[in-house]
Amino acid sequence: MQGGGEPTINALGQFRLEPVGYLGSAVNFTQSNLLMVIAAALVLLLLYYGSRPRAVVPGRLQALAELAYEFPRQMAVDQIGPEGKRFFPFVFTLFFFVLMGNLLGLFPFSFTYTSHIAVTAALAVLVIVIVTIVALAEHGWTFFTYFFPSGAPVFLAPLIVPIEIISYLSRPVSLSIRLFANMVAGHVMFAVFAAFVVMMGRWHGVGMVAALGPLAVNVVLMGFELLVAALQAYVFAILTCIYLHDAVHLH
Amino acid sequence: MDVAAATKLGAGIAVIALAGVGIGIGNIFSALVTSIARNPSARDQVFGLGILGFALTEAVALFALLIAFLILFT
Repeated sequence: MQGGGEPTINALGQFRLEPVGYLGSAVNFTQSNLLMVIAAALVLLLLYYGSRPRAVVPGRLQALAELAYEFPRQMAVDQIGPEGKRFFPFVFTLFFFVLMGNLLGLFPFSFTYTSHIAVTAALAVLVIVIVTIVALAEHGWTFFTYFFPSGAPVFLAPLIVPIEIISYLSRPVSLSIRLFANMVAGHVMFAVFAAFVVMMGRWHGVGMVAALGPLAVNVVLMGFELLVAALQAYVFAILTCIYLHDAVHLH
Repeated sequence: MDVAAATKLGAGIAVIALAGVGIGIGNIFSALVTSIARNPSARDQVFGLGILGFALTEAVALFALLIAFLILFT
């Protein structure tokens, strides 16, 4: 929003990267990177201070830390099977990195690093590379039978194999675009409705009352975005688990 | 037709995809309600699956919405 003149909706301006301080501009350390450091520090502090009391009956912080530990662990074991414990640290890290990014982005004047395709695509490529390495390490060359399900008629191979390969390669694309599009769409909606508030407020009197409408929509949207933030982190982590299950068990 | 009008129309056309997504999400939740009504004890397992299906379907809506935003704002 610029002062003076007809206000315009600048919905994508909030995603611009700005270097932090003088040192930041020297090494290209942007507010996105700062938020990543804060997110990592928050998770570490939560687990450190949460696991320090070691009480039999946990206090609030310890209960939160235990919940934060148990939830991804249960998810990994449920989806991957007993071998899931090996991959639990990876799933835990992904889940909390995405969750903290989504939640910290909801604060005013904050920045959502998961709203950049570069970040989510890097995460998704990391997932798919690790899944492929796990599959190759577990099964060696038999991994490539993954692309041809057993029991399918052989003469369908020219059709099935390309489809399976394409669906395997499209996993990181859909994984990254899902998270990024959710975050961008949510924050653009905030910006659009906030711009409506300003636009309506320009007609004094009746406009001031009418501006309460989009303001109320933004309040409801904030609640919805809290749900989406947790849900997208959950979906990202559980899809990683499903891919790891495929890698360990081959269909 | 000038370009500004065409971009507005294009953004509108892009979100027609949301109709299909609405049907899909409605299907998911109707199946979820039916299955929980038939077997309430399965709620915990079925609910997670339903939410996962909702998130996967919602992503399709967001692809369309993103295209509309890209047309409008870039």
